[in-house]
Amino acid sequence: MKRLLFVLALIAIIATIAACAPAPTPAPTAAPPTKAPEVKPTEAPKPTAVPPTAAPKPTDAPKPTDAPKPTEAPKPTVAPTAAAAAKPFRVAVIMPSAKNDLAFSQSMVDALTKVQTELGKDKFEFAYTDGLGNVPDAAAAIRDYAGKGFDLVIAHGSQYGASLADIAPDFPKTAFAWGTAADTFASKGVKNINAYTVQSDQGGYVEGVIAAKLSKSGSVGAIGPVPAGDGNLTILGFEAGAKATNPNIKVAKTFTNDFNNAALMSQAAQTMIAAGADVLTGTSQAVVGAISVAKDKNVLWFGNQSAQTSLANKVVVANQVYDWSPFIKQMIDNTKAGKLGGEVMIGTLKNKVLVIDYNKDYALPADVKKLADDTVQGLIDGKIQTGVK
Amino acid sequence: MISDLFSLNVLIGILTSGVRLATSYLYAAIGETFGQISGVLNLGVEGIMLVSAYAGYIVVLKTEDPWLGLLAAILVGMVMGVATAFISVTLKADQGISGIGVYLFGLGFSDLLFRVTVKSPQILKGFGDVAIPVLSDLPVIGHIFFNHNILVYGAFLLVPVAWFVLNRTTFGLKIRAVGQNPEAADSLGISVARMRYATLMIGGGLSGVAGASLSIALLNMFQQNITAGQGFIAVALVYFGAWKPYRVMLGCLLFSMVNALQLWIQTLGIPIPSDIALMMPYVLTIVALVFAARSVVTQPAALTKPFERGE
Repeated sequence: MKRLLFVLALIAIIATIAACAPAPTPAPTAAPPTKAPEVKPTEAPKPTAVPPTAAPKPTDAPKPTDAPKPTEAPKPTVAPTAAAAAKPFRVAVIMPSAKNDLAFSQSMVDALTKVQTELGKDKFEFAYTDGLGNVPDAAAAIRDYAGKGFDLVIAHGSQYGASLADIAPDFPKTAFAWGTAADTFASKGVKNINAYTVQSDQGGYVEGVIAAKLSKSGSVGAIGPVPAGDGNLTILGFEAGAKATNPNIKVAKTFTNDFNNAALMSQAAQTMIAAGADVLTGTSQAVVGAISVAKDKNVLWFGNQSAQTSLANKVVVANQVYDWSPFIKQMIDNTKAGKLGGEVMIGTLKNKVLVIDYNKDYALPADVKKLADDTVQGLIDGKIQTGVK
Repeated sequence: MISDLFSLNVLIGILTSGVRLATSYLYAAIGETFGQISGVLNLGVEGIMLVSAYAGYIVVLKTEDPWLGLLAAILVGMVMGVATAFISVTLKADQGISGIGVYLFGLGFSDLLFRVTVKSPQILKGFGDVAIPVLSDLPVIGHIFFNHNILVYGAFLLVPVAWFVLNRTTFGLKIRAVGQNPEAADSLGISVARMRYATLMIGGGLSGVAGASLSIALLNMFQQNITAGQGFIAVALVYFGAWKPYRVMLGCLLFSMVNALQLWIQTLGIPIPSDIALMMPYVLTIVALVFAARSVVTQPAALTKPFERGE
């Protein structure tokens, strides 16, 4: 009897762990940085984060309110001295899910690749460790990267914040960033953490407008992992956009409480379709389960975070893609100018961190496309508000 | 709004979803039943499911033949079943701890293989829905039971087969004997080790089908940790079912129906917080386990105990 109870307790505990932990992954020692940049033979003894001739210092003027203005990044006209030119800017990223998840993690890898293409491999290097759903493992990886002298270490996941706030003060010469979040821990006296997030309700709104136009049944659905964060904003924006276009439309919302449970996502999609929905959207890396159903049942899909067209190019209408590259470039400039943290960056359609990416294989009617474009413009101009708080 | 829940359409929807969702649990739980009746607790089901799900996925991706994928998943499952048997029967390792080891191995190994072999995830064409002629046209019942993919039918057909094998064959009698009283079985010339190897291979093969039912029938894709704890729930459902295939099936169906119900509650916009709805299947499992713990009489006496041959 005792043994049985022990076994039952064991099962219950493991089941809970397995269900709750997004992705218990092997320890970071087992997963070395996939693209560890080779150590430069001519490595300068001191990490010259501040180039000797960083002329226009962002004048340590007293910041009255610390208003986060993403568009007003100090743009130091750094004259690349010999030292600065010889050493590429090195970024390391820690991600919660697989780098090819067609969602949150992939959006960061795509952005880093884009920046590298623009700046050149001799000017910009990046390394990453993906699949670090387990926060203690991620914290170890963050520390590891910072210790290796990376110029900027990005903890790409809102679950990493508390760890980052502990680690950053130990590496005062390294710039850090995390997201999606809006807290740089400046109130705790931390000076070298940046935060980035998205107003993903904007893209969700545009998708909702298109969805309402395309729905024949008058019923659409949105699936998310938890009612929080950027995924929740997307879903609320989707609902607002759909309702603004067709006040009578039914918008079903389901949360699976799990960032990885593709089976549950798939069943949520099945349920919505059975309830009459003919257009769906969703967020998190588990949505591939729902996209599979949409493809099978020929129901339209709106992607989020990364382009998901490649999974089902017959049913994906458009994607709200997070393009983090403007933020990465801004942080590079800031870091070179000696400003290692304190920046809160909010991605919008206006600053093009949010991009509506249309599927070229899907024949979107011209009037709907125009309405979508007008909606994007309206959100940029501020003439349209999503109303999502 | 709450009245929406009691319409016929929704009822059919819940039952249909429940039947479909039960599939992977059923294969895994019936497989686990064999192992446990022979006296071995295999907590590695989840890990076996993961590796098999990957094997099925990659084979279908390369060959576009779901049957070959299923075969691959079964073979991989059986190999992992043998490995589990080697650890817990031959080496007599603690079954709880070694099972978790198998799970962690499966989690990491399937993810590693997936990353190395698949650049960008793809949805593949697995087993499609097959409507059974005549039966699928029946009102209500037709949609609930007879309009699924082939692995769903297989899962429910497996239940009477498992019952028959366990209760009406010599093989089944030997399985029960080594689980209840291995010393007595041994004295009658039944090889305890061989029987346990056999049941763990059966369990591994069925866990393989369970994994494949996700990656090449229900979801048609693979992802890191695609099983998301289903293997552990399956182990719990064996306790719930008191080691009887029909009761295990009832447990699987109940768990799946409650899961389907909570999805419908959310879809219909019934104002119950999603957290409460999401808790329902798990609360149910815990309650069921508490009740199962009372019917301790039916537990195989030698469960989790490695067999030491007395000289």
